[in-house]
Amino acid sequence: MISKEQVAHVAELARLQFSDEELQQFTGQLDEILNMVDQLSEVDTEGVPVTTQSVLLENVMRADEATMVTPRAELMKNVPTEKDGLIQVPAIIDKEDD
Amino acid sequence: MNFETTIGLEVHIELKTKSKMYSPSPVSYGAEPNTQTNMIDWGYPGVLPSVNRGAYELGLMVALALHAEITPFTHFDRKNYFYPDNPKAYQITQSETPLARNGYIEIEVDGKKKRIGIEELHIEEDAGKNTHADDGYSYVDLNRQGTPLIEIVSKPDMETPEEAYQYLEQLKQIVQFTGASDVKMEEGSMRVDSNLSVAPIGADKYGVKSEIKNLNSFNHVRSALAFEQKRHVAAYLSGNQIRPETRRWDEPGKRTILMRVKEGADDYRYFPEPDLPPVRVSDAWIKEVEAKLPENPKQRRARYVGEWGLPEYDAGVLTNTKEMSDFFEEVVADGADAKQASNYLMGDVSGYLNAQHLELKDIALTPAHLAKMIALLADGTISSKIAKKVIVQIIKNDVDPEEWVRAKGLVQESDPAVLTPIITGILDANQQSIDDFHAGKDRAVGFLVGQIMKQTHGQANPKVVNQILNAELAKR
Repeated sequence: MISKEQVAHVAELARLQFSDEELQQFTGQLDEILNMVDQLSEVDTEGVPVTTQSVLLENVMRADEATMVTPRAELMKNVPTEKDGLIQVPAIIDKEDD
Repeated sequence: MNFETTIGLEVHIELKTKSKMYSPSPVSYGAEPNTQTNMIDWGYPGVLPSVNRGAYELGLMVALALHAEITPFTHFDRKNYFYPDNPKAYQITQSETPLARNGYIEIEVDGKKKRIGIEELHIEEDAGKNTHADDGYSYVDLNRQGTPLIEIVSKPDMETPEEAYQYLEQLKQIVQFTGASDVKMEEGSMRVDSNLSVAPIGADKYGVKSEIKNLNSFNHVRSALAFEQKRHVAAYLSGNQIRPETRRWDEPGKRTILMRVKEGADDYRYFPEPDLPPVRVSDAWIKEVEAKLPENPKQRRARYVGEWGLPEYDAGVLTNTKEMSDFFEEVVADGADAKQASNYLMGDVSGYLNAQHLELKDIALTPAHLAKMIALLADGTISSKIAKKVIVQIIKNDVDPEEWVRAKGLVQESDPAVLTPIITGILDANQQSIDDFHAGKDRAVGFLVGQIMKQTHGQANPKVVNQILNAELAKR
């Protein structure tokens, strides 16, 4: 069972704000989703090696060449506010930067 | 009560590549903001990252140079965090299966050698750069986002701030000689976070540690650790608790300042990166990288001493930086005597660089010009006294030393046909000195040489002058 506190914590990490009512509602919904996913644990995986992927590829790498830039004007279309080519965001005070 | 200190260092080093770790956008500095990125760096829906093979290989080089064991099969992980410097909201790193483990660095403090273990090295990506303005907003430039990094995590094997300092010096030197990074603290291509804890000697567990971030130089690391060491001991002795904290070094105040208290473990919700297939490092690939691995400083020093007959001291100074070592080797390759090249580089050139706070790349001096000057000295075209003037000239200006000394009339006179009449003339006029010489007064020779030098405006080759003078004196 996922708790309301856990859901509130995940929301906090994602900087999302919910009312108590919403938290209650999402806790119930997330619990159902987790129960559904949990059905996977019924599969017998004895002797099956651990994997981190589903496509069975390895060493898909590219040469160190700079071949792709997306024009700034294009990228800025998704930026709510920009200034002199920089992305404007609310003041960051909780973390020092290098 | 006596205490023991435990120090561990986490060092981030930017790998020198043309493109990003997981996308083919360029790595370049000083460009207009947000012009060196693409939609993969920004984490647009549906984009697919890819591993930069060149960057991975530089990581392998660093790992091999640090005697680490390469992990044969690795995958990448997502480290999730929400922060404006990374629009993907996660960093792709190697959490479970780092690129390599169990390396070491040898340091020497007060003549005692010690091996500092390296826990692991892993590949990850840098974040963008935030600027905090006074208008109530912060501003983000994502050009740096995705730049390849290697993080090198030491074992908690260091016991004094000086050991930490030596570890960093050695690490920087070793990485620099691989060519995998510029490793410059001042330009951000090398960044250091330190962890320190203090416990009474014989305690069965480590003390509570504090982390120091944003250290700008090795000296600051050493000062900050020394300060923390004292702060921890003082807290113990006064019965106060040390909290797990992140602190920073305040250079003007010579102290560390609290940034934040760590509450609970960071919650990064790591999981295997689904967009990148794993990397398998074959023995053949390792051999290939090993073959490309340039000589390390230790190997170079051994060659300078063994093959070129330099004193250990010279070899040590010359291999302090790759830039100096490479320059020196080019001078020797251009035909200069190794000891002469070493003398000028360690003496006049280093003196100038230190006084002006410059690096070799900032001055006009080229290996070819220094080699040519040494050749002019060797064949007697110029005296060592004149060489002192020439070296200053070729350090500051891009001038050919031979053309310069000829234009300035500083060429030494070595032709006996020119020098002999001058010498005989001076002898004719100084019978007293000849008599003194035959009477065993060596000072007379000094006087005569002085007269010859005066008449030739100091340009007579002293060696040739001595030969002719001795021969002439013997005749009289």
